[in-house]
Amino acid sequence: MTTYKKACYDLVVIGGGPAGLAAAIEAKKNGIHHILLLERDRELGGILQQCIHNGFGIHVFKKELTGPEYAENFIDELRDLGIEYKLDTMVLGVHENKTVEAVNPQEGLLSIQAKAVVLAMGCRERTRGALNIPGSRPAGIFTAGTAQRLVNIEGYMVGKKAVILGSGDIGLIMARRMTLEGAKVEAVVEMMPYPGGLNRNIVQCLDDFDIPLLLSHTVVNVYGRNRLEGVDIMKVDKDRQVIPGTQRRIECDTMLLSVGLIPENELSVDCGIKLDAVTQGPIVDNSMETSAEGVFACGNVVHVHDLVDFVTEESRRAGRSAVDYIQRKTTATGVKIKVVPGETVRYVVPQLVNLDGPDMDFEFFLRSRDVHDRASLVISLDGQKIKTIRKRYLVPGEMQHIKLKRKALPVCSGGSTLSISIV
Amino acid sequence: MYDITIIGGGVTGCFIARQLCRYDLEVVLIEKNYDVANETTKANSGIIHSGYDARPGTLKAKLNTLGNPMFDEICSELGVPLKRIGSLTIAKTNKEMGTLKKLYERGCTNGIPQLSLIDADVVRRIEPNIHHQVKGALLAETAGIVDPFCLTIALAENASDNGTEVKLETRIVGIDREKDGYLLTTDGGSIRSRYVISCAGVYAEEINDLLTPSHFKIAPRKGDYVVFDKKTGGLVNHVIFQCPSEKGKGVLVTPTVHGNLLVGPDSEVVKCKDDVSTTRSGLDEILATSAKSVEGIPVGMAITNFSGLRATPDTGDFIIEELKGHKGFINVAGIESPGLTASPAIADYVIEILKSSGLDLKTKADFNPIREPIAEFIELSDEEKSTLIKANPLYGRVICRCENITEGEIVDSIRRNVGARSVDGVKRRVRAGMGRCQGGFCAPRIIEILARELQKNACQILKDEKDSYILSGGI
Repeated sequence: MTTYKKACYDLVVIGGGPAGLAAAIEAKKNGIHHILLLERDRELGGILQQCIHNGFGIHVFKKELTGPEYAENFIDELRDLGIEYKLDTMVLGVHENKTVEAVNPQEGLLSIQAKAVVLAMGCRERTRGALNIPGSRPAGIFTAGTAQRLVNIEGYMVGKKAVILGSGDIGLIMARRMTLEGAKVEAVVEMMPYPGGLNRNIVQCLDDFDIPLLLSHTVVNVYGRNRLEGVDIMKVDKDRQVIPGTQRRIECDTMLLSVGLIPENELSVDCGIKLDAVTQGPIVDNSMETSAEGVFACGNVVHVHDLVDFVTEESRRAGRSAVDYIQRKTTATGVKIKVVPGETVRYVVPQLVNLDGPDMDFEFFLRSRDVHDRASLVISLDGQKIKTIRKRYLVPGEMQHIKLKRKALPVCSGGSTLSISIV
Repeated sequence: MYDITIIGGGVTGCFIARQLCRYDLEVVLIEKNYDVANETTKANSGIIHSGYDARPGTLKAKLNTLGNPMFDEICSELGVPLKRIGSLTIAKTNKEMGTLKKLYERGCTNGIPQLSLIDADVVRRIEPNIHHQVKGALLAETAGIVDPFCLTIALAENASDNGTEVKLETRIVGIDREKDGYLLTTDGGSIRSRYVISCAGVYAEEINDLLTPSHFKIAPRKGDYVVFDKKTGGLVNHVIFQCPSEKGKGVLVTPTVHGNLLVGPDSEVVKCKDDVSTTRSGLDEILATSAKSVEGIPVGMAITNFSGLRATPDTGDFIIEELKGHKGFINVAGIESPGLTASPAIADYVIEILKSSGLDLKTKADFNPIREPIAEFIELSDEEKSTLIKANPLYGRVICRCENITEGEIVDSIRRNVGARSVDGVKRRVRAGMGRCQGGFCAPRIIEILARELQKNACQILKDEKDSYILSGGI
């Protein structure tokens, strides 16, 4: 009996969100035709489909689109280009030899041999359990993204009186969305002394609706037997320790959590791909190749982005690199040097650059550890300063995107290290 | 008129129902909650204790010793996973080494096989992450782990398959003696029954009080637990107990039968019998205490925490007896640890009480001890997966991404006797939503499947108990 339905493709893309769509399209445009995209949900577009607010596409399309509109541009292009895709298809394993095992109801088990693989599985939300918040376990506690799906796609409200824990972008967007649907958002509670999301979302989603943002506060207890009845919040000090005597109860039937996103790398780990301990995504070079030859990664599976536009750009790069790899049939040769986060930088992606690759410019994404007013991003090679970029304002919630010209790099060897710091 | 009414759908009540369903009797099991296994049974350590710990001569000791070896057969009949991974009770001081020796001797008195005292080198070889100060351990090879709610649901299902009536959401509000039995008044009508078996957990005293003032007290004693990501389940290979002292039994660290890591419980006598909130101090205490037995407790990899109430009797032992002066009313009360382990032996013990009270037991010809387990898609071989999807394509649709649970499994869990009716009911039966994203991705899909299967509106689908609505209305 044939257990697996077998197939061969040049490129298999795992995930049909913005990252997977852009990578597949770019690969097709660069001359690879036999491409298969696998998506576990019932439609393409990923989380963009539930992001019905605007603000997407300012960099890529030079105009503001809603999430579904942004996705539709890519979905249309994918279909126009005749790229094959399977919906409702869950990838169960990716092997180092680039076979991808998947399953769906129509075809059963699939075993697909690819010449190259692009990982674009996105990320998941941190949960209440991960924060170990004590209290009861009633209904009415949702991650912000789950609530967003229920409201915007399924068409149901999740409650009438809400507290939002964490000021990540989805939480801020949902504060506004819940308000627009008639719910009362009592507060957004953020443990850090600064918000986690983009400044524009603080203004447009909280300030414009008079929703209080309680910085340096956290939820310390949850009440309610069956449905949430309230939460206790407390003020925290600069070391994020609760300050006694500051406890107060907020009555609410709903709590949304927007306390961080975690790249979904279970498949990558099973494939033996090395992860960055900070980003929790694969370590990649400037071609977006992971530690597994011919396996590329892009989008939120690599590191959590604020703007989908940057996901698109990064994923196009992964798509082009996969084509290069397929045509070359080997990993890129050349000297690779490490890129490391320097002072008060939380992480830098990519973590490696290939000095002998085709790139004329190196692009880096990084996040600051703290809030900085008028600071400089300093790129150094082995301790030697090679470029300084002035920034008016640096916050952890806003990812920085910087470029370095290839020719600005002095001659160096494989043992060299490029570091980016904030001073 | 029923022959027997069992009050309470926890592991004790369901075990008794399952063991009674082989006889030609009219049995009804009454449970006040929305699902079986939804109080003490759902929130405990899931340990099948070897039995060295209980004081010799007690019912706890006797029924633990008898209960432990019964699990292999029953779990195989019911398709419930059981892993005999063994337990290690660790000692870090000479005084504790002395305690272990006493426990070993007590184990011998209790008739526990495969017990041995092992030195530090052996402990470290079989448990590389054990705390560096550990000097030795008591190894009990017969100890094991089960999923307590999986087991209890399977017992209720098999009992129901064999004709036992299971009445959920039914609360007993009155018990009156009648000529040939008891009249039980519930919030949904009355029931007449020749025999009544009260397995009411922390409420055993209140149930007894409905008939006559209780001669025992049940104090709820709360314990918090933390569950960690499956990535961390390999931290320990055995159930790791701390050496008991005058301060208590410490906390345990164990893999769960599904491969997670579990730590807990602390012990706090509480007043409220239905408050199972965890507390900051409780969680902090178990995390700090567990770090004394195992190195590298992965605090950052927690996926959830929960709390349960032990039904602690003031008598110090299980109370399993026909109530004096009330023929046919049997209390099964104070079933705290090792209650889960003892539960199959408790059921047999209760059947003996019923016999001596004059109940005539005739074996049913068509009793079927086998309950087909719900297929665990991801654990199957490729051939089995393929065959299953061909027969039912719903097995090809993965709904819970973290645990790889398919729609086929979820639908099966709903369509069975005593099937899932809530999101948590699905979770306890097939683990959908029990993984690292805690239902973030799959909860909307599970609500949709439940609504479709139960022919309800999505807004009527509950998280767990009555009033635990998830959706507040349409947009």
